[in-house]
Amino acid sequence: MKIKPYGDTFNDGKVQVSFTLPLSKSAKATAAAKEIAKEMGLIDPSVVHAESIGNDFSFYIVYGSVKTAIELDKIQVDEITQERLSREEIEQLIKTNFDKNIVFIGASTGTDAHTVGIDAIMNMKGFAGHYGLERYEGITAYNLGSQVLNEDFVKYAIEKQADVLLVSQTVTQKEVHLKNMVELVELLEAEGLRDRIILIAGGARITHEIAKELGYDAGFGPGSFAEDVATFAIKELIERKKR
Amino acid sequence: MNKLNLDKKQIESCRNYANLIGQDVQNFINKHSTVSVERTVLRLLGIDGVDEFSIPLPNKLVDDVVKNGDISLGISVYIASALTEKKMDLDNFLEYYKKNNISLTDFNLISREEVYKVLRPYYEKSLSTIKKNKHDRSEFLREYPRGKTDIYVIVATGNIDEDVIQAVSAAKAGADIIAVIRSTGQSLLDYVPYGKTTEGFGGTFATQENFKIMREALDKVSREEQRYIYLVNYASGLCMPEIACMGALERLDVLLNDSMYGIIFRDINMQRTFIDQYFSRLINAYSGIIINTGEDNYLTTADAVEEAHTVTASQFINEAFAKLANLPSNLMGLGHAFEINPDVENSFLLELAQAQLAREIFPDAPLKYMPPTKHIDGNIFKAYQQNAMFNMVTTLTDQSIHLLGMMTEAIHTPFMSDRYLAIKNAKMIQKAMKSFGSEIQFKENGIIQRRAYEVLDEAEKLLKQIAEQGLFNSLENGVFAQTKRNINGGKGLLGVFEKHENYINVVLEKMEESFYED
Repeated sequence: MKIKPYGDTFNDGKVQVSFTLPLSKSAKATAAAKEIAKEMGLIDPSVVHAESIGNDFSFYIVYGSVKTAIELDKIQVDEITQERLSREEIEQLIKTNFDKNIVFIGASTGTDAHTVGIDAIMNMKGFAGHYGLERYEGITAYNLGSQVLNEDFVKYAIEKQADVLLVSQTVTQKEVHLKNMVELVELLEAEGLRDRIILIAGGARITHEIAKELGYDAGFGPGSFAEDVATFAIKELIERKKR
Repeated sequence: MNKLNLDKKQIESCRNYANLIGQDVQNFINKHSTVSVERTVLRLLGIDGVDEFSIPLPNKLVDDVVKNGDISLGISVYIASALTEKKMDLDNFLEYYKKNNISLTDFNLISREEVYKVLRPYYEKSLSTIKKNKHDRSEFLREYPRGKTDIYVIVATGNIDEDVIQAVSAAKAGADIIAVIRSTGQSLLDYVPYGKTTEGFGGTFATQENFKIMREALDKVSREEQRYIYLVNYASGLCMPEIACMGALERLDVLLNDSMYGIIFRDINMQRTFIDQYFSRLINAYSGIIINTGEDNYLTTADAVEEAHTVTASQFINEAFAKLANLPSNLMGLGHAFEINPDVENSFLLELAQAQLAREIFPDAPLKYMPPTKHIDGNIFKAYQQNAMFNMVTTLTDQSIHLLGMMTEAIHTPFMSDRYLAIKNAKMIQKAMKSFGSEIQFKENGIIQRRAYEVLDEAEKLLKQIAEQGLFNSLENGVFAQTKRNINGGKGLLGVFEKHENYINVVLEKMEESFYED
């Protein structure tokens, strides 16, 4: 099936774009905005709004239609295909399969100061009605907070005999978070821990695909809750036990 | 102004508990100093620059005394003794020190009176620079009086030159306050980077040279726009008093300087933080710099409905510490935030109650009100609406420092257009709803009043509990943001030391004296 964006009619291809140009507002600058939209592949672009936003800058809102349609069947996505279990189901699964608590350790590592993500997954209260891992029976959860050095994170993982490590990375400039994530994998490998631990990444710009590429077992992006993370981790632990 | 009909006795009781909490910690503070406090003394004597390995001279000198001498005497006596014995002025001595393999501890220590005599010209030079900056700021403010609410936006490009372009554009679009976000992780550096910088991550390094560059640019645009544009930076971290000193020397107007933020959110040792925040705030008081506190952060970590009282309790504590550092009410930019899940029924009313509560408890404080971040999810259109609700509460409750929300929160550091749209959003509401707050009353014992009573009740209980347990113990028990910190844990404890009975800090003592004289 071929797909285009939807405005108000199937495959009309309508999109909205907004951007700033480093030009004072003028007829010429508005024409330039339109040209840019054309070069982007928009058919019949219409600059619906142009506004000066400072001495040498102007802001544009443009509507238009995209030319190309996408063949949906050709698109492949690496995603976690699992059904989210409820907290109770996860707790039951732990009870049946393990005779000890499963230890989760989470942190925003490196220089990352954002803890909203890791807090939402781990803290008792959780997020949007989904309790965090601290609330789960059968799970011992340690949230180390922000700016935890990879070295300290690994040290703590050894000390607490962690089963699952959760690494939270909120996007920062210039991809510094990716480097930091790879460094953790290298450290765990050096300590001979990588295979014994389930390593999960999460954050606003994290996808399962990116996480796998960087050497993690899974990645969770926006809209993920403690249940998603726990379901994956516990099932994976059970799988590994079987092997 | 008085819409909530709050119990004045209850507010007084909260203040009394907070004062007990503050005084208890202050007794600890007065007996201690830290390496960052000592480095600040050197900076205020005019020592700046780096050695051939890019180590800042203040670090080099203090580390020298930590290693080879007795830092519990304070750095003042060592530097004064060196100058006396070598019969050199400071510049000559520093050259000599850098070139020769000597220690600052190689010299016979001189008496307290002599220390003051030797160092007076140096600290007086810095103090007069600071006084002049304070004077220049009041001149600007006299010429361009401010409105009730200042619009605050951030720049965060990592490159100070690019920051200047963005800041000037924001000021021209209507921003009154520009904050230069620091490079991520700077709070954990136990030194302040030196010189102009053009590469940072998620922000720009706070250096004295970067402060100077931005100040010059903002002074220029202030004159063009006929509005004095405040400059903000961030002190929290391992170098709190050093950043305050740089801010004072380069005429910053606002400094993020919470008494507990570093402990809770950066895992910096609590002893270190309390000692550092005192000197840092004393410098701000001396310089007329508004401090901002970080209570808003509690609500991104914990639930904004359930933990609202921790914000109020913490504001009382931050106020108590600020008073101990001689900060007047009009320099206490206590923080709070609009972070309730917008899916909660009547969330707008609960936010209104909280914001009005802060306004009525701290009528003279330039309250810092933070925008929604926690429940911003990448839907920029929804975010724009959430920010509009936030802007309405700001206007209705006369918040002073209005930190604008960005529709692209949690996606990227703001584009120029994000900032522009945010300013237009705020301005439209400021204008359209200008007198709405003074036209309305709240229903007696209605949802808003009852919510305010509930939060104040809980805050009072919490303050009582902290006063009984002591603040150190309470932080160990995770009283704020559900985060537990150990008194001997965290970063920077090694830099804390007990003062010798002959301890001298020429700058701190002079600043304290100046307040007793007034």
